[in-house]
Amino acid sequence: MPILSYREAIRAAMREEMKRDENVVIMGEEVAQFNGAYKVTEGLLKEFGPKRVIDTPISEAGFIGLGVGASMLGIRPVMELMFWSFSYVAFDQIVNNAGNIRYMSGGLINCPIVIRGPANGGTNVGATHSHTPEAMLAAHPGIKVVCPATPYDAKGLLKAAIRDNDPVYVMENTILYNDKGEVPDEDYIVPIGVADVKRAGTDLTIVAHGRAVITSLKAAEILEAEHGVSVEVVDLRSIRPLDEETILTSVRKTHRALLVEENKPFCGVDAQVAYIIQSKAFDELDAPIGRVSSIDAPQIYSKPLEDVQIPSPARVVEAALKVLA
Amino acid sequence: MSNRHLTTAVAKPTALTHPESLKNPAGPSAFAKDPANAGLTKADKVKLYTQMARIRHFEQRCIRTYQQGKIGGFLHLYVGQEAVAVGTLSVLGKNDHLITGYRDHGHALMVGMDMNSCMAELQGKATGCSKGKGGSMHYFAPDKNYWGGHGIVGGQAPLGTGIAYALKQKGLKGCCLVYMGDGAVNQGAVHEAYNLAALWDLPVIFIIENNGYSMGTSQERSTAHPGSLAKRAEGYGMDWDLVNGHDLYEVRAKTAIAVKRAHEKNRPTVLEIFTYRYFGHSMADPDKTYRDKEEIKGYREEKDPIKLWEKELLNEGVLTDALVASINEAAMEEANKAADFADASPYPTVESITQDIYWEEDNRGKDTTSRGTIIFE
Ligand SMILES: Cc1ncc(C[n+]2csc(CCOP(=O)(O)OP(=O)(O)O)c2C)c(N)n1
Ligand SMILES: [Mg+2]
Repeated sequence: MPILSYREAIRAAMREEMKRDENVVIMGEEVAQFNGAYKVTEGLLKEFGPKRVIDTPISEAGFIGLGVGASMLGIRPVMELMFWSFSYVAFDQIVNNAGNIRYMSGGLINCPIVIRGPANGGTNVGATHSHTPEAMLAAHPGIKVVCPATPYDAKGLLKAAIRDNDPVYVMENTILYNDKGEVPDEDYIVPIGVADVKRAGTDLTIVAHGRAVITSLKAAEILEAEHGVSVEVVDLRSIRPLDEETILTSVRKTHRALLVEENKPFCGVDAQVAYIIQSKAFDELDAPIGRVSSIDAPQIYSKPLEDVQIPSPARVVEAALKVLA
Repeated sequence: MSNRHLTTAVAKPTALTHPESLKNPAGPSAFAKDPANAGLTKADKVKLYTQMARIRHFEQRCIRTYQQGKIGGFLHLYVGQEAVAVGTLSVLGKNDHLITGYRDHGHALMVGMDMNSCMAELQGKATGCSKGKGGSMHYFAPDKNYWGGHGIVGGQAPLGTGIAYALKQKGLKGCCLVYMGDGAVNQGAVHEAYNLAALWDLPVIFIIENNGYSMGTSQERSTAHPGSLAKRAEGYGMDWDLVNGHDLYEVRAKTAIAVKRAHEKNRPTVLEIFTYRYFGHSMADPDKTYRDKEEIKGYREEKDPIKLWEKELLNEGVLTDALVASINEAAMEEANKAADFADASPYPTVESITQDIYWEEDNRGKDTTSRGTIIFE
C-alpha cells in the first residue's frame, strides 16, 4: 500500500473529490499561487485552475460567509483556515449561519460546507495561534467536527466531509503534517461518527483524539514495556457525531478509563466523554475516570514549558498508573 | 477569478437626495417614463399596489395578534418601507435571488410566500414556513430564491455575496440582492463582503434600507460620514446610487440599472434607499426617546409610499376609488384568514425539536457518510 504523509493524504482527498464533483472548490488564504501556507494544497491550482482553487483576502468572516452562502446553492466549498485560531473572527458565520440555517429553515436549506485547517498547540507560536476549538464548535447542534490523527483517517474523513450535506469542520495538526502512514489508492471514506480502536488491550481504555492519539499510543508502549500493562487506545476521530458505542464497549472490557486530549480541561471534549461513561457504564468502572489535558492556562510561548503544558507520553503514563492503582 | 485591481470609473450620484428630496412635496414621479417602468401595464401597476397593500395589512394584523399575546420574541415591522421590497423585487428575473435581515416580512410576501405560513410561523406553529423553528426574523423560501431572514445584523452580507458567487460559478446570469439597515453598514462583515464582491466581480446588489435609525440610534449618531452611507462603496471601487424609497417608480428604475450591471458586467452596486418605519424598532420598543411624534406623523401623512403610489395611479387613471377599496378589503380579509389559520394550527411536536438539524439524521439510510450519536441527551 502506498505510504503518504498526513499532508499528502489530505491533498489526495481534495484532488479526488474535485475530480469526482465539479461543485467542489477550494478557497482560503494562500491556497492557490502560494501553494498553501502549509503546502497542503500544493499543485491544486495548477491542476484545477483558478476557477476551482481560489486565493482569498485575509477576510475570514467575508470568505467563510461567502462559502456558506455558496453552499446553500449547491457549491461544495472546502475552505482552508490558515489556523483554526483564526476562525474566531468568523465565528458568526461558522456557528450562527452554517450551524443554524438548516434548522431555522425547517430543513429547507442545506449547508454542505467544509472548513479545514490546523488546530493545535505545541508549535511555539503563543496563545493566539494555538487554539483547539473542537469542543467549543461541537457544542453546537448542526455542526460536525472531526479530528484525524493518521494519514489514512485524514484522507477518509475529509472525503466523507466533502460528500456530507451538513457543515463539517476538519481539525488538522501541523505537527502531524509530516507523519507517514499507509493510504490506499482506491476510493474509500472513513464514515464520520465512527471511532477506531488504534491499539487493542485489556487493562485500561485510553480515549483520545487528534494528536493526543499518537501521544497515547506512545504511552501505551511504555506502559506495556515498563509496567506490563495492556492498554487499549480508542481514537474518537469524530467529535460530533460521537461514537459512544465504541467507547462503552472498550470500557466494559477493561473497566478503567483514561481520557486524553490537547484541549484545556474546562468543558473539553472529555468532559462529555466522562459523562457518557459514568451514565452508561457506571457499574463497569473499577476506578474513577482519569483525565489528561493541557494545563489550564492560555498557551505559553516558551517551548520547554509548552511541552509541559500539552499532554506528553510521560504525563499519560503517570495518569494511567493512577487509574490502574 | 480575476484578482485584478479595479480602475474603471464608477457611477456615483452628483447630489444627495436625503433628506432633501423627502422635503419636496410629493408630485408626479420623475421616473414614471423610465425604461424600467415604461413597459408596465395597468394590471402590473395594480399588482404592485396590491402587493404593498397586502404587506401593510398583514403586518397590521400581526400587531393585533402580538397584542393578543400570541406572537413571542421580536416582531420587527416593515410598515412604511413597503415600496423598497416591492419596488426592488419587482424587477427581478428567474435567476435573481435575495437575502435580508430580520425585518423580513415584506420581502417574503413579495416573493410569493403565503400569508398563512408566514402568520403561523410568527405564532410558532408547525404549519409555519420554517415549521415554527425560525420565527419572525428567520423566514426562508429557497424555492422562491429567498434565502432568509437573518437575525444577526450584517451577517447576511457575506452569505448573499456567496450566493452571487455561486451563480457566477455555475454560469447563471443572475444576481443577489442583499438587504440591510443603516445600522448594519458599520459591521465588519459588511465591509468584508463589499471587498470580496468588488474584488471578484460578483453580481450582488447591496441594498441599504435607510430608515434613519438603528433601534434608537439615529444615523448621525451611528455613522461617521453620515451624509451618505452608500458612498462608502467608492472605497471599494463599486458603483452606488441614492434612491427615494417613497417613490415606487424610482426604486424600480434604479434597481433595474443595478440588476443590469450585475447581469451584464458581474459588477456589484450599493443602493441606499431612503425610507421610514412608522412603528418602533420592534414591538418591544416603546418608541418614546429618540424621535418625535411629529416626524413620524410627517412621513405618514406626506410620504407614505402606498398612498403616494395610489395617488400616482389615480392620476394616471389606472386605479379608481372603488378598486382601491376592494384591494384593501381583500388584503385585510386575507390577513384575517391567515390569523385564523395560525390560530387553528397545531404547535410542533416535541419530537420535532431534534429534527431538521442534520440532513444526515433526517435521511438515514440514504447516501449518508456519517454515523454515530449525533444528538446528546
Ligand atoms: C450583531 C448584532 N448586534 C446587535 C443586534 C441587535 N439589533 C437588532 S436590529 C438592531 C438595529 C439595526 O438597525 P438597522 O441596521 O438600521 O436596521 P433596521 O432595524 O432599521 O431595519 C440591533 C442593534 C443584532 N441583532 N445583531
Ligand atoms: Mg435602520
